Amino acid sequence: MIEKDLVIIGGGSAGMAAAVGAYDNGARDMLIIERSPFLGGILNQCIHNGFGLTEFKEELTGPEFAYRFIAQVKERKIPYVLDSTVTGITKEKVVTYTNEKEGVVQVKAKAIIMATGCYERSAGAIGIPGERPAGILTAGQAQLFLNEYGYLCGHRVFILGSGDIGLIMARRLTLEGAKVLGVAEIMPWSNGLNRNMVQCLYDFGIPLYLSHTVSKVVGHNRLERIEISQVDEKMQAIKGTEMSFDVDTLILSIGLIPNNDLLNSMGVPTSRSRGAIVNENFETPLDGVFSCGNVLHVHDLVDNVVAEAREAGKSAAEYLEGKLPRAAKEIDVVPGDGVGYVVPSKLALKGDADHYLFKFRVRKPSKNVYIDYTVDGKLVKSVFKPIIIPSEMEIESVPKNLLENAQTSIVVSMRQKEA
Amino acid sequence: MGYTRPVMEDLIIIGAGAVGAFIARSLSRYELSVLVIEKENDVGDVTSMANSAIAHSGYDPEPGTKKAIFNVAGNKMFPQLAKELDVNFGQVGTMTVAVEDEQIPMLNDLLERAKKNGVPAKLLTAEEVKKAEPNINPEVKGALLCPTGGIVNPFTLVAHAMENAMDNGVKLALNEEVKAIEKTKNGYLVTTDKRKLEAKVVINAAGLHSDEIAKMIEPIDWKILPRKGEYYVLDHYAPGLVNHVLFPLPSAKGKGVLVTMTTSGNYLVGPSSELVDDKDDTATDTMTLANVKAQAMTLVPKIPFNQEIRVYAGLRATPSTHDFIIEPSKKYASFINVAGIESPGLVSSPAIGEYVATKLVAAVLPLKEKKNYNPCVRPYVKPLSLHVDERNELIKKNPLYGEMVCQCEKVSLGEIYDVLSRSVPCLTVKALKKRTRAGFGKCQGGFCQPQVIRLLADYYHVTPLEVLYDKAGSQIVIDETKKEAK
Repeated sequence: MIEKDLVIIGGGSAGMAAAVGAYDNGARDMLIIERSPFLGGILNQCIHNGFGLTEFKEELTGPEFAYRFIAQVKERKIPYVLDSTVTGITKEKVVTYTNEKEGVVQVKAKAIIMATGCYERSAGAIGIPGERPAGILTAGQAQLFLNEYGYLCGHRVFILGSGDIGLIMARRLTLEGAKVLGVAEIMPWSNGLNRNMVQCLYDFGIPLYLSHTVSKVVGHNRLERIEISQVDEKMQAIKGTEMSFDVDTLILSIGLIPNNDLLNSMGVPTSRSRGAIVNENFETPLDGVFSCGNVLHVHDLVDNVVAEAREAGKSAAEYLEGKLPRAAKEIDVVPGDGVGYVVPSKLALKGDADHYLFKFRVRKPSKNVYIDYTVDGKLVKSVFKPIIIPSEMEIESVPKNLLENAQTSIVVSMRQKEA
Repeated sequence: MGYTRPVMEDLIIIGAGAVGAFIARSLSRYELSVLVIEKENDVGDVTSMANSAIAHSGYDPEPGTKKAIFNVAGNKMFPQLAKELDVNFGQVGTMTVAVEDEQIPMLNDLLERAKKNGVPAKLLTAEEVKKAEPNINPEVKGALLCPTGGIVNPFTLVAHAMENAMDNGVKLALNEEVKAIEKTKNGYLVTTDKRKLEAKVVINAAGLHSDEIAKMIEPIDWKILPRKGEYYVLDHYAPGLVNHVLFPLPSAKGKGVLVTMTTSGNYLVGPSSELVDDKDDTATDTMTLANVKAQAMTLVPKIPFNQEIRVYAGLRATPSTHDFIIEPSKKYASFINVAGIESPGLVSSPAIGEYVATKLVAAVLPLKEKKNYNPCVRPYVKPLSLHVDERNELIKKNPLYGEMVCQCEKVSLGEIYDVLSRSVPCLTVKALKKRTRAGFGKCQGGFCQPQVIRLLADYYHVTPLEVLYDKAGSQIVIDETKKEAK
């Protein structure tokens, strides 16, 4: 068994930024464990641009963005292992990984940062009615085939779900010569970033069917046809509204789920984001175990991922120096009316920060609303939002002095402005 | 001149599902030439693949029926069989649960039936059930516990049975469909979509299509009625949801919707039960699945359906006679029908195989034991089940066991190559998934499928454009993107 101060699981954007954040705050004895042959994670298959506007004040492709962080990791000589899969982790912070060269390696860590990203919800997870032929795949999978392997998954394509990867694949497949016949979204609103709606659908004349879902897939071997239907307010297909499309491929962009198995296996409780419960320092209820990036909650912009992960890295470095003692009591942060989840789930309210960042998503697009912060039942802050949508994660800073007397809970909720 | 007279086999078995594979395995003990013909491109690819993955104890079938006899006999074989074939089997016990007072007499009836069938069983009080199953419906009134019932991996069970048969000399032809059978002086002329074959004995283990095969020889007074069952699969990150196989009280339509873990720690919820017309109809349906969900929740009210990773449907080969048909045809002792093997077919198959070999085949062919018969498959190396030091030794010898292909299910490259090197061909992405679990996890191949396709393409010297997901025509990628401009 080897020993390390800090083990970072995942060498994508979150893992690399966490490593950099930890290093820049004094940590040295660390190791990044990455499962694929390269650092950079999913950024490597995102060859479109639009990354880095906040972080680098310029527009980069995914691999370019990744490269800048790989350079930062290398400049600091932060050690990493590639092609290495973590197969187990214990509450005592023993991380077991395996690869071809080293065999099985057990690392006893003083601190761990979980940066394992997310995975895509599959056809099985939503039980699309009909057969299970080839030709139904997730957007990220289609992207991987196309951008890293050089293969097209189909010629006539329909897309279910208006998540960003689906929109980006609509454009990408069109540019590669496939015909994208439409996008169906079960919600009455789009789930992608506005810029992707415009640049990936409208610019190419690809129709978007809101409040529609795939009600049937037909094809015994390879997909032959799909049927979409309008849905009612209970999300059930309405009979008589069926539309049929002859397609060989159905691409799913129906949501991302934090890849949180390792923390689950340690018994770390999850929040409504399906990521771990963490406090403002990104520390889970297990001392010295941190979580950040998409394994904590799914982000829409990598720029926000790296900012968050750097903070988690800083916290881990502070923990290693004994500067992050566990608070005797942590205050619950609770998503209230209209709010899907909030990160952090707990506030320790220690340390010298003069404000706290709250990240959350609302459940549905709304206009003229207030976001209310209620401490122990008392409203302490309201922020007016002329428009707010679920597909864009909100980040708000709340001054410490408004929160520091909290005894039990802080509720973040959405309230309609009265007419 | 391109024709030759076909070689005369001793036996041809039609169908490589659980029944065909176990008949083949039982026959492989003897000095016989056996050919198994399967129309699909993998073994165990229809009914044997999509079922409840249960080794039933045998408390449920009516005493004296073939279902009862072969179920109980098959169940007894499983502990040994699982070792010989290196198949995951867990004798976790089954519980048939009463949730209403009126169902208690039915539990008593089932206990009587279990006794008559020679199956160990006992009644549990509501308190005992709650203690053993903390997530059970709190309204539970009692249950029948059958400790010999268990769970089994149906994919490897069939594949390894066939592998063992082949290691002992049986031949397998995949992708070949029997079109006609003619009685000849010395046996049968079997015409497939590819060639003509001759055999002294023909065994019809054609599952859903066994009535069509039987009719090639003589008129029959039974038929196979495909009966669909739809299921949910949940991920394996909710340990302890249930500890036994939980059944409701059985009805005329079958054993009802069960909730069980699988040998890989997933949970299965299902099946529905509906007769269908089309023997290829494995489509799922929203309303049916919603009904399955509602029924399952009468047993376990808090099933984490947000952990759903897959739905599927299978077709049971329900016989119009309501009992297994395991007998020679009316005219010929050398044409043996093994048909209508619906539930409890999976657990019965090994016992059916033994009976067919030692009784029905023995009546028409001399059985002489092979000297070098080996009942065991070459052990499958499972790195994750080894101690760290042993794993290190293994990876030092074969580094491929250190590289994980499927991250969700932790399947190494070494395990994949092992499977590809076995006697039973593993031709498709789905076949590899069934053997190794690569792609069976929560991301459903989202991350590893491109690598799996590349591995299969390299192994079989084809391009990724030719690699199939499942049946002919089920390619996953269908064009290259970076072609040179014309």
